[in-house]
Amino acid sequence: MPTNLITATYLIAAIFFIWSLGGLSSNVGARKGLWFGITGMVLAVSVTILNTDVVNYVLIAITMAIGSAIGLILATRVQMVQMPQLVAILHSLVGLAAVLIGYGGYMDDSLQLTGVEKTIHDIEVYIGIYIGAFTFSGSVMAFGKLSTLLNAKPVLLPARHYLNLLMFITVIIFGWIFVTPSTPEMAYIALYIMTALGIIFGIHMVLAIGGADMPVVISMLNSYSGWAAAATGFMLSNDLLIIVGALVGSSGAILSYIMCKAMNRNFFSVISGGFGTLTKTTASTSGEQIEVSNIDVAQTATLLLQAKKIVIVPGYGMAVAQAQHAVSGVTQLLMSQGVNVRFGIHPVAGRMPGHMNVLLAEAKIPYDAVFEMEQINPDFGNVDVSIVIGANDTVNPSALTDPDSPIAGMPVLEVWRGKTTIVLKRSMAQGYSGVENPLFGKENTRMLFGDAKTTMDALLLKLS
Amino acid sequence: MKIAIPKECYPGEKRVASTPNVVRHLIELGFKVTLETQAGIHASFTDEDYQLAGAGIAQDSETLLADAQIILKVRAPIKDEIALMSAGSTLISFIWPAQNPELLQRLAAKKINVLAIDSMPRISRTQKMDALSSMANIAGYRAVIEATNAFGRFFSGQITAAGRIQPAKILVIGAGVAGLSAIGTAKSLGAIVRAFDTRLEVKEQIHSLDADFLELDFAENTDGTGGYAKTMSKEFIAAEMALFAEQAKEVDIIITTALIPGKPAPELITEAMVKSMKQGSVIVDLAAEQGGNCALTTPHEITEKYGVKIIGYCDLPSRLSAQSSQSYASNIHHLLTELCPEQQGEIVLNMEDKVIRAITVVKAGLVTWAPPKAPLTSTKESNKNKGQPVEIELIADKGKSTVSKAKQDIILALVISVLLLGLGAVAPSSFMTHFSIFVLACFVGYMVIWNVSHSLHTPLMSITNAVSSIVILGALLQISSSNNTILWLSAIAILIASINIVGGFAVTRRMLKMFSD
Repeated sequence: MPTNLITATYLIAAIFFIWSLGGLSSNVGARKGLWFGITGMVLAVSVTILNTDVVNYVLIAITMAIGSAIGLILATRVQMVQMPQLVAILHSLVGLAAVLIGYGGYMDDSLQLTGVEKTIHDIEVYIGIYIGAFTFSGSVMAFGKLSTLLNAKPVLLPARHYLNLLMFITVIIFGWIFVTPSTPEMAYIALYIMTALGIIFGIHMVLAIGGADMPVVISMLNSYSGWAAAATGFMLSNDLLIIVGALVGSSGAILSYIMCKAMNRNFFSVISGGFGTLTKTTASTSGEQIEVSNIDVAQTATLLLQAKKIVIVPGYGMAVAQAQHAVSGVTQLLMSQGVNVRFGIHPVAGRMPGHMNVLLAEAKIPYDAVFEMEQINPDFGNVDVSIVIGANDTVNPSALTDPDSPIAGMPVLEVWRGKTTIVLKRSMAQGYSGVENPLFGKENTRMLFGDAKTTMDALLLKLS
Repeated sequence: MKIAIPKECYPGEKRVASTPNVVRHLIELGFKVTLETQAGIHASFTDEDYQLAGAGIAQDSETLLADAQIILKVRAPIKDEIALMSAGSTLISFIWPAQNPELLQRLAAKKINVLAIDSMPRISRTQKMDALSSMANIAGYRAVIEATNAFGRFFSGQITAAGRIQPAKILVIGAGVAGLSAIGTAKSLGAIVRAFDTRLEVKEQIHSLDADFLELDFAENTDGTGGYAKTMSKEFIAAEMALFAEQAKEVDIIITTALIPGKPAPELITEAMVKSMKQGSVIVDLAAEQGGNCALTTPHEITEKYGVKIIGYCDLPSRLSAQSSQSYASNIHHLLTELCPEQQGEIVLNMEDKVIRAITVVKAGLVTWAPPKAPLTSTKESNKNKGQPVEIELIADKGKSTVSKAKQDIILALVISVLLLGLGAVAPSSFMTHFSIFVLACFVGYMVIWNVSHSLHTPLMSITNAVSSIVILGALLQISSSNNTILWLSAIAILIASINIVGGFAVTRRMLKMFSD
């Protein structure tokens, strides 16, 4: 296939990818967007295979077949609750692939570059492998934390910022050695050390981050995997890779920015991996034990049937208990009785951006009953009953009232302004940020202790 | 320390500075509490209730105040009371230091430490001690209750066998704590409620109570350029008065709550407006004590002019004495908890604390009112010690950061330009072409992604994940290499990238299917 034709096809593929992401602005467009994405990928891959230099068809066929089969099985077997883990592990694969391709690209001596061009190519290889390496290890760590194989609590090493800085400087020094090596072996040694440092950096970065900050981490890793692809594109002088990498990179960066804003954290301190520190472990306890009033399922049922307006605020606890189907059942029953039931979603609820929306959609909760925080907050004054299911920090009033609180300034769902709030909770444990939640002690708050799914099932039985 | 709670001696004052319930908490803090006999009788708290809670009862104010170290009152003390207090004791009550300089002098001469509960700075930390807000909340409620009493009809509309009853229309001017409380109360009685406030930011709060917010058309046709506030004020008032005149003809009840701190209340309802109101209408003037928002208000009294009843009561909280005593007592309890961090029954007036500094108006014989206007540097220093930001500082800091942010932006733009030019000077043209594409693609991504709906963030992540496996192209190009290492490296890369492509797209498809259902 002539080079110009390949370039033109790449351009078409790039346009398809842009359309694909653009399609996600609405539900209807999203499906079209998916097909645009698939088309773009098929075009890009098939033209590349048709390239005159590519001859090893057998191996390509075998590896792609095995890979696709694994991918398909993963995608069909995974439960919606486990989506964050899946996305994390998929990110790690992009990172790993970028590392492998980087090594391959460096070993490939068919290019015969000299002077500045060679230097630039080497730097591209170096950066590509570095980003790939920490994307890989960081994503594996995130996967471990999300699937509870590892402890979700942040692990803070002493002087970790200096450690990161030291590692970064070492990487730059070895970069210099790599670009101007005394012997070819020296260049490889520099490359290996840098890769190892990249992997350590990724582990270290995610290790320092607590469970509640996972939405930021996931979208950040998403961004990094894009930059890794872009760096690979520079190395291979392939514009399609550059474009797609930049698209994905900026997409992830914007998502991280939105998540940071939702938690009132500084974007740049997050990017530099320094945001675990903001979550002070010293909770501002006022010294008073919060006294709570309990409610049982029967009373809850009566309360719900008397209500005209209900808002349900789901959190990660709902995902853990897999209560979304029971919640959906209760919702539909109440709606059929003419009760106005809505859902209020905090931007960082769950463990990845949009996590709650996916779960609610899975449980077939009508899409127009689901609202963002900004839309529903002004209306809480008119709400008869708010039901908080497994959410804690996202409904904590001290974020607004207590300037000393570690989550001070974070926008929250103001459920306490409603007439009654029912909080479903397993126990009086604190949220991930380790802050007391004065909501539980408010006069109009009732606690309904127990597993969310069991409770919602019981409630459904009572209501019907 | 011994707390004394005298009976309020101001004529008609029914409140008391503490309730039996709160007395119990004060004793838990380590204080000894004594009340004057019958102190809470008008708020429905008997001496027996207080005794059950653990308080002592003194038969007269002389014995009560003789050995008191802390005195809790509602109203500011009168001469006779001050005479009975002992030097070195601490008084907590409403003082209104700006209006009562002689009172401060007298208390200072007696070497009494005075905490003016009305001088509490209004920041989030002090909400629980803000007696002004508690009282305003009660006054707003009571204002509506007084209005219902004076008004000859139902508040809610009804359709009865005897015909259709129109709901009452109520205008609330000023949506502070009292105004909002009045709106909520009137609304819950079924009236049609409108509210006006010069601060546009309260619009949302008014809407949240399901009342209408009256806006001046005026604000829309100003272009908001320099000098906005100055030229506006005169025209604004004219527009505002026109709005009130028009509303006066229509509504049945007007509740005014407009106060300007340290100044007489603005006159908003003129005689002509009262004249234009329907017979049997009611005006409740919550600003009566400060001169009144209505030209015809007589403070402390209810009068009838042109067939309109004008209520000028100045003691609305006292008319709900059990409730207001309870709220006030809780506010005082929170304040004492702050003053007594050790819970040993000893209070400390830590003048480094901005809040305590602000409410302490007399200390050790010196009038310490008004507190210094928190100079920025000292605020910062004390904040470092206390870790409790004060609003003033926040605002000032914000101003500073916007200035420096603009500077930062310019510097950033310059640095980027210099870097780009530097790069262009050394890099080969092939690199620059790729680099241009890269930067433009970043911008395209930026534009496209902001449009993605929030609920689709998870599908976005999985689709970008699949798409970023485009790195497979690199491996595809390398796999035909004669070098075996490269061949196997790229084979693995193709394998894992394929997992990602198929897995990513398939899982996105699964999710989107749920969404469009």
